[in-house]
Amino acid sequence: MTAYIGRRLLQMIPLMFGISLVLFALIQAAPGGPEGALLQGGRMVDARMLDAYRHRLGVDKPVPEQYVRWLGAALSGHLGVSYSSSQPVSKMILERLPATLELMGVSFLLAALAAIALGIFSAVKQYSAFDFLGTGFSFLGIAMPVFWFALILQMVFGVWLKWLPISGTHTVGATSFSDHMEHLVLPAAVLSLRYIAGWSRYLRSSLLGVLRADYVRTARAKGLPERVVVGVHAVRNALIPVVSVMALNLADLFSGAVITETVFAWPGIGRMFVQAMLARDYPLLMGILLLGSVMVLIFNLVADVVYAALDPRIRYD
Amino acid sequence: MTDEPRSPAAEIWRQLRRHKPAMVSLVVFLVIAAACLAAPVIAPYPFDAINLTGIRQAPSLHHLMGTDDLGRDLFTRVLYGGRISILIGILSAVLGTGLGTLVGALAGYYGGRIDSLLMRVTDVAYAIPALPLLIVLASYTQAGVGSMAVIIGLLSWMGTARVVRGEVLSLRSAVFVEAARALGASSGRIIGRHILPNAVGPIVVGATLAVGNAIIVESSLSFLGLGVQPPIPTWGNLLQDATSTMATNPWLTIFPGLAILVVVLAVNFLGDGLQDALDPTGRST
Repeated sequence: MTAYIGRRLLQMIPLMFGISLVLFALIQAAPGGPEGALLQGGRMVDARMLDAYRHRLGVDKPVPEQYVRWLGAALSGHLGVSYSSSQPVSKMILERLPATLELMGVSFLLAALAAIALGIFSAVKQYSAFDFLGTGFSFLGIAMPVFWFALILQMVFGVWLKWLPISGTHTVGATSFSDHMEHLVLPAAVLSLRYIAGWSRYLRSSLLGVLRADYVRTARAKGLPERVVVGVHAVRNALIPVVSVMALNLADLFSGAVITETVFAWPGIGRMFVQAMLARDYPLLMGILLLGSVMVLIFNLVADVVYAALDPRIRYD
Repeated sequence: MTDEPRSPAAEIWRQLRRHKPAMVSLVVFLVIAAACLAAPVIAPYPFDAINLTGIRQAPSLHHLMGTDDLGRDLFTRVLYGGRISILIGILSAVLGTGLGTLVGALAGYYGGRIDSLLMRVTDVAYAIPALPLLIVLASYTQAGVGSMAVIIGLLSWMGTARVVRGEVLSLRSAVFVEAARALGASSGRIIGRHILPNAVGPIVVGATLAVGNAIIVESSLSFLGLGVQPPIPTWGNLLQDATSTMATNPWLTIFPGLAILVVVLAVNFLGDGLQDALDPTGRST
């Protein structure tokens, strides 16, 4: 297994190289170039100042040299300086990262628990009213635009019922844990909906397949109670493909967090990304994109490793 | 007994007709698309008709979905918005599916270096988070209908490429391909006439689902202020306009979102039905 992980890590290097090329090309393609942000404010800038600025940013050098410098800096954790706040990008990202990881983590757990429960009940009671409703719910969950679901929840629970706060991480002045949790409810519900819908469907069909397997019939023939047959013999096997899909979807969760955080004013890197876009703060945008890409690669690796660890039939050597 | 051989298309249509949700969805989608297409004829008002004496009216018989901050009829604007949203959805799905099919077919057919190069490019495209990348690209361009469709299409080909590559890989050494090659058919002809028609199932299903996905992506970008620029209404634009008055005029938020939901739902059910109809072996559960 260690050798397998090591080999997968090595395979990530050319991928990271490709990603870095794409991101660097994106920076180069930015309209107005790096100095565009300086000019954007409509301030009077003379040519000499502009040259000095370009020199300070290093954008007066040949493009390949700029790429090497950029890559070298990125590898050592220096993602450049934000145009809008003049702070190091890496520092800004690290400040906002915990809020995003919290939202993603809670949403992931919520989605996993709900999807597993929903998937098992739908499969065990196939074609029942519950199964039918679950299927309808899944289709709705997948077809619903994330931001619209967020707006509707804000409207219902925030504006009409006044049960839950609709933005931020805590009420001004309040520091209690329960206050923070109240702020987390709606964003986590929004971010997890799609995955509850997708994973429960997936587990349902996986479990339906497993329930027809010979070893499940054997378990039943031994006289084991249905609860044990389903819970111990079937679900564990049915979960294997689902768990690897879950790990893969962790990467999508990041895209979802961008919209969810923006609607709920959740102070994570997703919201910072949209703000950076509006301010044309390209170093910050690229820093977040780079982090997002690394996260995707790591989650893909986790997906493969989890799959290999769960399924003894798979050997990677 | 009707044992006459049917054309593949007729057989698929016969299968699809038995899938009730798909048929209902097809009708719903066609009705909505036709209504949006006919917006200039059937819409009760011009889409930019401002009526300052009738702003923020709740839904009524005169204004089925109410009016917005400038007294514009929301029903009219939803119809016009649908033209853009559905058009972008279809265009980008066609573009993404076409590109994905091309990349997948080349990689699967030629194998070797071309395959590894194209698949590494696919991996890279997969690894960069899609929505943030779309946001950056959309902020670079003066977003019009065409550029929107191109951007979304260019970032949604990877799934199709992988599926098509797999199909082509498994068909490449089939006997009928050998036969075509022995008859002297060119590579392009073998791919286009002999291999791809056998892989049409997953391509069509993928393209259908891509339409729904593209509509959601377009509305998300418009919602963030990066979509097709006002005054042209798209469903995402309408929703963005509505956020500031969400508490007092909820209908402005509810109806455009419902339009997206219904269309995407219909397209997804249709994709589901097509999947069943095109899959002769398994009855997917």
